[in-house]
Amino acid sequence: MSDIPLIIFEDKCTACTKCIKVCPFGALTMEPREKYDLPASRFKKIAVVNEKCTACGACVQECPFEAMELREIKRTFKHNISDYKGVWIFAEQRGGHMEDVTYELLSKGRELADVRKVELSAVLLGSGVKEKASSLFAWGADNVYVVDDPMLEEYNTDLYTDVVSTLISKYKPEMMLAGATSIGRAFIPRVAVRVQTGLTADCTALEIDSVRQILLQTRPAFGGNIMATIECPDHRPQMATVRHKVLKKITPDESRTGKIIEEKMALKEPLSKIIEVLHEMGNQVNLAEADIIVSGGRGLGGPENFKMIEELAKAIGGAVGASRAAVDADWIPAYHQVGQTGKTVCPKLYIACGISGAIQHLAGMSSSDFIVAINKDPDAPIFNVADIGIVGDLTEIVPLITKALNDR
Amino acid sequence: MHVVVCIKQVPDTSDVKINPETNTLIREGVQSIINPFDENALEIALVLKDTQGAKVTVITMGPPQAESALRECLARGADEVVLVSDRAFAGSDTLATSYTLARAIETLDKPDLILFGKQAIDGDTAQVGPGVAELLDMPVITYIRRVEVAEGKLKVERVFEDGYEKMEVPLPAVLTILKEANVPRMASLKGRMKAKKAEIAMLSAAAIQADPERVGLKGSPTKVVRIFTPPKKTGGIRIDGTHPLEAARTLVEKLREQKVI
Repeated sequence: MSDIPLIIFEDKCTACTKCIKVCPFGALTMEPREKYDLPASRFKKIAVVNEKCTACGACVQECPFEAMELREIKRTFKHNISDYKGVWIFAEQRGGHMEDVTYELLSKGRELADVRKVELSAVLLGSGVKEKASSLFAWGADNVYVVDDPMLEEYNTDLYTDVVSTLISKYKPEMMLAGATSIGRAFIPRVAVRVQTGLTADCTALEIDSVRQILLQTRPAFGGNIMATIECPDHRPQMATVRHKVLKKITPDESRTGKIIEEKMALKEPLSKIIEVLHEMGNQVNLAEADIIVSGGRGLGGPENFKMIEELAKAIGGAVGASRAAVDADWIPAYHQVGQTGKTVCPKLYIACGISGAIQHLAGMSSSDFIVAINKDPDAPIFNVADIGIVGDLTEIVPLITKALNDR
Repeated sequence: MHVVVCIKQVPDTSDVKINPETNTLIREGVQSIINPFDENALEIALVLKDTQGAKVTVITMGPPQAESALRECLARGADEVVLVSDRAFAGSDTLATSYTLARAIETLDKPDLILFGKQAIDGDTAQVGPGVAELLDMPVITYIRRVEVAEGKLKVERVFEDGYEKMEVPLPAVLTILKEANVPRMASLKGRMKAKKAEIAMLSAAAIQADPERVGLKGSPTKVVRIFTPPKKTGGIRIDGTHPLEAARTLVEKLREQKVI
């Protein structure tokens, strides 16, 4: 019990259960006082904390009787945190093509670096990518650390981990941001463990706490039902992966310049090897990059109706998505699936056709900029997140939307 | 061949509802389930058992109640299960969890393959698999949809945003598994009977010789400082779809008006 830093004062707790209701982790229960040999009181029960507690303090704030208190936890970090300076972002590129998330990270990174009055640096890995380095200055980078090596031609988790961890240990940035992409989310966790610091996954908002000057990292949890703000107070760098397309891009300033720092290091042959790279999925499937997504769900009634979704997607220049129900019914391959067990997307426009809006689906798309929902059930939860909702028969409406777009 | 599958017991998020008055999660009556992606990881291990005679050990870190998730794995065909549980582990973030699981795995027979689900549906971090790989100094490949084992090597397919890669990696290795990898089997009646009676092995902080500085809240660099319900979207408009042509035209008009397209 001593390891949970939440103290409940038995003389103050009135078993009002308010704390239980606000606890996001289900870490509090009401138990009979006699179970803990507590002195008799007019209240038969007392709040008890279990191991699900993360010391978030929600209950302490809520308790009307000041019956709860959080003990300070001492975390040890073997380095001196004041040695860590500057904001770093991981510049993601694939096949020499700079991914959009890189510009989003630089835009946000610039803002954070300005608040902290420190430099913004990008870390660029690859083969023959040196020429790309200077393009990052326009987006706000003061420095670009380049590791250009034929062995880095294709992405490899173990190699990327080696390179980025080495750079972090050498230059000691206070913050390191990467895209929450299938690359960023694969190797950044390994880097964080190697340098023994904290990492927050899939953030949707980042800001600096004005008093303590540390990074506040906000992310959805429980399938987007709640948001959690997380910090990493005693370890450096403060690391986060950031959801693609959520951060806004700045207007690049082509006149900006900066410093390119080329790093040479001896790379260890990785154990895992790529045999073949297949880009099987065309634009209709690259959901992460798509600005517009048209998704179909159970309301389509059958696989044949996905054709009208594809046609609408084509007419509007978007990718095709699907709900879990449609994928589970084998109407469309799994890589189209949007939602908690599928992909998380954040396009400019999301059109949900015949999708009721189960929370797992909402978790994957509710941060889209603009949402259109077409559903015959006026009470479908999808309408709660929609900017425009059409109540009606999608099999009639969707082809007419396609037509209206093509007619122009 | 020894395959270790790491699973997590999670609240079934499809049951999780928000209380509209207090804006908080309603947890009463929410079922605990095996994290869905972990079921896909287990299925891969069980296929390796069926086809190559692999030994399958399932391990979880969690409260004593997580035992029921382990029994389900036994019922489906796992050979051994281990519950890593101690109040000292309370409040662990992904770094502390990775450390704890890695220490626990080190007490088992040396694994050839360690499998995780892509991520857990309650935290959605996808960080513990790569974290354990790092601490055990094994290669890791994430987002796997196909696994083959031949001559001490793994052949896998790793999914990216726009395609996939065929990769090869020697054993031992760590993989994280996608849902599309397979359809998890159901437990047999015989399996259920056996699982019901099984003793569940427990590992405490002392049993895995955990450094007290590296577990639980003390070993967790990240700290949740605020929890809130995302603001609801307001101002959405409704279009009546009883006249489809009109509805379609109105929509396109509005999308153009608002410069969405």
